[in-house]
Amino acid sequence: MRRERPWLTCLFWCVASLVTLFPIYWMFVVSAKSRVELFGRPTFIIRSFFSENYTNTLTDPTFQGYMINSIVVATSNALLVTTLALLATYALSRFRLVGSDNIFFWTITNRMAPPAVFLLPLFLLYTQSFAAGGWKLYDTRLGLILLYCVFNLPFAIWMLKGIVDGIPKELDEAAMVDGASTWQVLLRVIVPLARPGLAVTAILTWVFAWNEYLFAATLTSVHARTITTGLAEFVTVTGTNWGQMAATATITLLPALLFLGLVQRHIVAGLTFGAVKE
Amino acid sequence: MRSPIVGWLLLAPTLVVLFVFGVLPFLYVLVTGFTEWNAFAADPTARFAGVENYRQLVFDGQFLRSLWNTLRFAFFAVASELVLGYLLAQLFMRNVPFKGFFRTIHTLPLMVAPVAVGATWRLLTIPGLGPLPYYFDSWFGIDYRLGSFVDQAFFTTVVMDVWHWTPLVTLTLLAGLSALPKEPFEQAQIDGANRWQVFWHVTLPMLKPVILTTVFIRMMDALRTVDEVWMLTGGGPGSATRYIGLYIWRVVFPKTDYGYGAAMSLLTLYLTIVLCWLLYAALVARREVARLKSGSA
Repeated sequence: MRRERPWLTCLFWCVASLVTLFPIYWMFVVSAKSRVELFGRPTFIIRSFFSENYTNTLTDPTFQGYMINSIVVATSNALLVTTLALLATYALSRFRLVGSDNIFFWTITNRMAPPAVFLLPLFLLYTQSFAAGGWKLYDTRLGLILLYCVFNLPFAIWMLKGIVDGIPKELDEAAMVDGASTWQVLLRVIVPLARPGLAVTAILTWVFAWNEYLFAATLTSVHARTITTGLAEFVTVTGTNWGQMAATATITLLPALLFLGLVQRHIVAGLTFGAVKE
Repeated sequence: MRSPIVGWLLLAPTLVVLFVFGVLPFLYVLVTGFTEWNAFAADPTARFAGVENYRQLVFDGQFLRSLWNTLRFAFFAVASELVLGYLLAQLFMRNVPFKGFFRTIHTLPLMVAPVAVGATWRLLTIPGLGPLPYYFDSWFGIDYRLGSFVDQAFFTTVVMDVWHWTPLVTLTLLAGLSALPKEPFEQAQIDGANRWQVFWHVTLPMLKPVILTTVFIRMMDALRTVDEVWMLTGGGPGSATRYIGLYIWRVVFPKTDYGYGAAMSLLTLYLTIVLCWLLYAALVARREVARLKSGSA
């Protein structure tokens, strides 16, 4: 066999990691500097942390609204998607339903279509059809929460299908013999055993919903704007306050960093829809 | 014991949500594509127009240019990601100290919001602030301004995409490589094959299904890239990086030319499917299709 040189490989990886981290590090550097410090020769060391970029952002009522919207939308979406997906996978896994294989495949194809195809009809439906009296689904958190289901449910169903399939049928049959209803089987047998899978699904769904921009920008105007649209506004509206933009971007990025360790083993399966298993 | 009715009831909420927010919009856009409907026109109601929208599209220079740029972008990005991702995956196959640590770092870009990716790259490339323009100028004497030079803007969007998505390619190819059997490699070694021969005759054929899957997923995603590029270049300079999703969203959409926009969306979707199918037909031999089918059934 060819001789392996682990330290040379390690060196390669150090370089690759630096390249990966550098743009994010630079963003953090910019966010920690005042406007005066930023221009001229780039410096990569933070001498004194200029916290005004962060305090300005965090105390701005508009931005606070965006952040609350993002948290509410992502959390509700994650809970809703995980619950619906659990019910659906339980049905697909335990009941003999006509055409259930096709349904499983069909839910997955929902995710493959380019978002640009859906922008126009959804905008029209949200502003004109899904309305009652003076109320419209347009510019509401509910609108975003329901819409993100289209992209997250297929992923969640795929993710949970393997887990629910892996729970022995004998367990829920035994519970049913003891007189448990479908609900009781779900809550007492399936949920406890599928807990780690449910957690990963909920976290990834949360991150996907938090990260989404295109629909949030198109289907909201004032009340339901999210943090990603807030970040994009820096480019289009006030394109000069780079320090504050960097601070906002850092805040947007934070959940990814927090959850990275928990879900990194599952992100590839999630993004490739299980086409590639690890 | 298990009544199918209960099963359908459990499935119902999912099906309803997917139908109302997934299928219904799709049917809506399908119908809209055959109408002439502009909210700002003298007659703001939808009127059946047959394939008129599609006829116009085929001769729409802006649309075609945008489509061409999108294809170029997707080609350069996915090709670079594939080569780079394969090399990194091979490196990962060796015994590296701190493997888990490197892996975690490598996964990070995949979790970052595309808008934030665009923002970080914008911060890297702003003249007078970003390190890229500064060092391009002081080390190579290159005037690096995304707002002025078409090629620089184009290749920066490619590099940004490579930064964002190479980790996915690395990790999928790594999964594929780890699953390969050892014997063919040992046999090749015994037969005295050199590295290139092993790659070409052993690794590549066995890895083909994984490579194909990766290319499809990346291709479909690259063709619909919007957020990052919008944040980095805003589609400019001019319309150089106004890729198709961005074009529909920022140009056609605000004009409220609904019929035309719908037709454009659908044509794009159709071309994406055709492109993927052509790739599939070109790269996979019939025998392998049969094997894949029997494998997945």
